[in-house]
Amino acid sequence: MSTATESRPTPAAPARPADPARRVTGRRVLRSEWAKLWSLRSTWITLALGLLFLLAFGTIAALRYKSMSASGQQMDPDFADATAYTLALFGVPFALIALGVLGVLTTSGEYSTGMIRSTLAAVPRRLPVLWSKAAVYGVIAFLVGAVGAVGVFLISSGVLSGTAKAMSISDDEVVRGLLGAGLYLGLVGVIGVALGALLRSTAGGISALVGAFLLVPGLMSLLPRSWRTDITPYLPSNAGESIFALQPPTGALSAGAGLLVLLGWTVLALGGAGYRLKRSDA
Amino acid sequence: MIEARQLTKRYGDKTAVDGVDFTVRPGAVTGFLGPNGAGKSTTMRMIIGLDAPTAGSVTVSGRRYAQHSAPLQEVGALLEARSIHPGRSAFDHLMALAYTHGISRGRVDEVIELTGLQSVARKRAGAFSLGMGQRLGIAAALLGDPQTVMLDEPVNGLDPEGVLWIRQLLTDLAAAGRTVFVSSHLMSEMALVADHLIIVGRGRVLADTTVQELVRSAGGDTVVVASADPAELRRALAVRASRSPAGPDPSS
Repeated sequence: MSTATESRPTPAAPARPADPARRVTGRRVLRSEWAKLWSLRSTWITLALGLLFLLAFGTIAALRYKSMSASGQQMDPDFADATAYTLALFGVPFALIALGVLGVLTTSGEYSTGMIRSTLAAVPRRLPVLWSKAAVYGVIAFLVGAVGAVGVFLISSGVLSGTAKAMSISDDEVVRGLLGAGLYLGLVGVIGVALGALLRSTAGGISALVGAFLLVPGLMSLLPRSWRTDITPYLPSNAGESIFALQPPTGALSAGAGLLVLLGWTVLALGGAGYRLKRSDA
Repeated sequence: MIEARQLTKRYGDKTAVDGVDFTVRPGAVTGFLGPNGAGKSTTMRMIIGLDAPTAGSVTVSGRRYAQHSAPLQEVGALLEARSIHPGRSAFDHLMALAYTHGISRGRVDEVIELTGLQSVARKRAGAFSLGMGQRLGIAAALLGDPQTVMLDEPVNGLDPEGVLWIRQLLTDLAAAGRTVFVSSHLMSEMALVADHLIIVGRGRVLADTTVQELVRSAGGDTVVVASADPAELRRALAVRASRSPAGPDPSS
């Protein structure tokens, strides 16, 4: 504060003509959202956590399998029908929470802090902000997910080499599946962005995300069996898991269909978020 | 130039702004005066499109704020509520806003210097004092070198030094031909900085006038004195008047 009186404000160049190069463009909004994301510490921490969950849990699962099979003890049923691939991706639901929560934070955080007022004053057309946040964060979540999935597969296939479950990354469909896992996490990130913008609340956004991906699938057991088999494959979590499953369980969607269904959910969430952003006061 | 025409904002059955008409012209400081809850902040939020009017319209340089291709070049606004992410540094906050308009890093450094934030620009904004937060808000408002500068209660919570700084800033901006629109609930503050006054209460414009005119019409150049002992007061005034070379002012 002590420097205040010396720095007497002198607005440079009185009423200088408007600079025509300065105007809002889609690319510039993207650039701004990119800068916003990386200038917060929570981004680095949460992305690192997401990556850690993928790498650590898959590695632990593979080690656990190896020690059980080496000692010849009775396998847990979960492990008995596991493959090197499913063991490696054991951490996906945990990474989903980390990456989805960060997606929620990118939008809900603007409302909880008041930053949204600065953001919308700079981009009063509003919708470019949502598309840019979704695009920037979706790509980042995809990259973290894909890098983590490939990384943990390499680690756990190393661990399991020589056991009955040994697999190689050059096996059929493996790379496609691992990229599918990244795609799933990327879309979860985008859905998080949309939920944060739709609910304008961090607690609400995270609850909706956890509810949609972790709780609703559990509730399906309350439905009559015939309904359950009709509905369950189309839930966001089940459709998403179909994207990267190498041998889809009976009744599940194919990878392509799962991707389409999850894309549908993403578009629905983004549409709702866009409607609220455009139509209601900030 | 800001023009409001029958501007109205209702929240449910509560009317915050009720058919307001006014024009804010360039080259002067226009004060927006009224008690808390008079609708000043809501009006300012409608000017930059954060809230949509229920009826009526408000334009900046002849267009709705959102229709400008470079909105930060039209209006720079400091709102009453904090509009900053506390986890971001002052520099990163300003850069994020600058990117949206292709404003150079040099201009960001310029407004940081202008607002005296050099020493704290790399610190997280959440750690800022109220005064530093206001300065960062003003830096953001000046970033686009806007034709109109709009500040909502800028002196709230500032120390005397900061208040002086803001007064000088407003005067200089108006002298440079900018439109300056500044709200306050303090008449004393407005009397010091504003040339023109728009006075609001309960969402309506009560007066749209210059400061001098308002003081004159309110009888501001006479003094009424009440005393329990009129005779003694008269005697004291007479003694005083006889001592004063200028003689008693007939109107006092």
